[in-house]
Amino acid sequence: MTVPMIQTKNLKKYFATKKGELHAVDGVNLTINSGETLGVVGESGCGKSTLGRVILKLLEPTEGEVLYEGNDISKYSRKQMKNMRKEMQIIFQDPFASLNPRMTVSEIIAEPIKVCKTITNDNEILEKVFDLMNTVGLAERFVNTYPHELDGGRRQRIGVARALALDPKFIVCDEPVSALDVSIQAQILNLMMDLQDNMGLTYMFITHDLSVVKHISDNIAVMYLGQCVELAKTDELFENPAHPYTEALLEAIPIPSLKYRKKLNIIRGEVTSPINPKPGCRFAPRCPKVMPECSQASPELTEISPGHFVSCYIYMNGHYQTKGEKHENISANKS
Amino acid sequence: MSEKLLEIKNLHVMYRTDDDDIYALNGVNISVEKGKTLGLVGETGAGKTTTALSIMRLLPDRVGAVKQGEIIFEGKNLLNVDNEEMRSIRGNDISMIFQDPMTSLNPIHTVGQQIGEVIKLHNIHLDNKDIELKIDEMMEMVGIPADRKTEYPHQFSGGMKQRIVIAMALACNPKLLLADEPTTALDVTIQAQVLQMMGDLKEKFNTSMILITHDLGVVAQICDSVAIMYAGEVIEIGTIEDIFEADVHHPYTIGLFGSIPDMTKKTYRLNPIDGLMPDPAIVPPGCRFADRCPKCMEVCEKISPENFIKNTHQIKCHLFTEKAKNATGN
Repeated sequence: MTVPMIQTKNLKKYFATKKGELHAVDGVNLTINSGETLGVVGESGCGKSTLGRVILKLLEPTEGEVLYEGNDISKYSRKQMKNMRKEMQIIFQDPFASLNPRMTVSEIIAEPIKVCKTITNDNEILEKVFDLMNTVGLAERFVNTYPHELDGGRRQRIGVARALALDPKFIVCDEPVSALDVSIQAQILNLMMDLQDNMGLTYMFITHDLSVVKHISDNIAVMYLGQCVELAKTDELFENPAHPYTEALLEAIPIPSLKYRKKLNIIRGEVTSPINPKPGCRFAPRCPKVMPECSQASPELTEISPGHFVSCYIYMNGHYQTKGEKHENISANKS
Repeated sequence: MSEKLLEIKNLHVMYRTDDDDIYALNGVNISVEKGKTLGLVGETGAGKTTTALSIMRLLPDRVGAVKQGEIIFEGKNLLNVDNEEMRSIRGNDISMIFQDPMTSLNPIHTVGQQIGEVIKLHNIHLDNKDIELKIDEMMEMVGIPADRKTEYPHQFSGGMKQRIVIAMALACNPKLLLADEPTTALDVTIQAQVLQMMGDLKEKFNTSMILITHDLGVVAQICDSVAIMYAGEVIEIGTIEDIFEADVHHPYTIGLFGSIPDMTKKTYRLNPIDGLMPDPAIVPPGCRFADRCPKCMEVCEKISPENFIKNTHQIKCHLFTEKAKNATGN
């Protein structure tokens, strides 16, 4: 079996706040295979961005492991990480805030190269910059412009070019298109998919937009308040959503077609506070299918069909059965 | 056919800046019927918000100016009423929900005071007790317990703040509600709650609404008619069925739909529109979409197209007017 590109084991990140401990990421187990895209969806504040940053070690994990090609990088020193950074990069959400307004386009794209000294000759660096600009579809005449002279779509292309500057293998894309207009968003999504095809990149694609995530991902992880509540192949997740939260999330998307016009079946209430969370399932206060055991202990991530994991008591009824029987049990219930 | 509450005729709006004159609206024609919802769709800079601000007469002083056109609300041209009368219309007959609930509330007043301010200004005869009762009623209506009225905006979540803003906008039972991207800043599950609430309230009070958005999914859920804007013009307008189900569309509309990843089927590549919105400081003689249009013809760059009208559906494109001309010529 090949070693997955990224694997997290019981990854946790807590922030100390005045009111108590904020559980931003709370025991997440994920696997991203080389060349694939994992979409991470969830509402604001559910810990998607924190998860991305902990995986890149831009934030130190509180507990747990991050395995990159089988090596645990969570204990790496800064020096060791500096080498790793060439292989793992990030594209940020806001193309207006993530570019230094005092640097020109070429300086921004060349900066990672200069920092990591992968190329030292100035002419070669410039060549590489032009190369990257070509790759992401930026005209060469923009090389000496400043970010404020460009529109959102072009700025995001700079962000993509900067992330590609060190020829990484793995890129965390933190809501790269949510600040853009739909027609520009589509251009950037197409660009990212082309890059993946040509360069064999692995993406972790963080977004709250389910239609985008469906379009670009191979696998999807649904997060709710720091926990991964469902993990499945994209088609499987959209066809057979298992967790009540995933169902609600899919129900809530307005679809641009009159055929789907209907009274929305919406969930009540809002995301509860992630500070010192109560024991039990975190979705329980909003869940339409809540049961008594939900408020006692957190449900575990259970495999209900091959590759489809859910953390919900509805699917844990077969607690005492062996794994094989449990699958049958659930498929029988479904039909 | 039901009565028109608001009709905008040939509206031109210009922003004058130090560098350039920006032509924000170039002949916009839209109308809203009583109790109906019009969706105003377009990308950033298409002129959606400018249209709403013109109706409210809230264009920035000295910089923004209406150059031409009429805004007729209940038979009266809003551009001719004096400031005092406009103040009584604003908030009372027409009110607006702004895009960002985080910044449209005053952080140093309680939410109750802010809802109360609207009621007090437009109902001078009410005493404080009645106003308090009305505040409670409005808060309950948008689903927030009335005893939270003494709290400040920062104590509420984004979805709740947006509901407070909606409560303020609806406090005087306006006849027309302008909602400028009311759910863009919200998460999908909260968006669904807010949209449903707005739909219910609309039915209850028979309010007309102009919903400004760039999300075609939201439009499909709650609008009765749709106007698609591009570079300060309405390039396609019609009933919701015309826009979502008819066979003929403006090439820009097709591009807009092609840009959205379809949830219902699998497509590998999206079909976005190439290029960018034109510079609003320059008015080309021809169609404004010409340089991005995949079906651009010679005439498109020279002459601005007329509206092609088919029942309730209007498309501003040479493709269809030419065809119609040829048909009558033969």
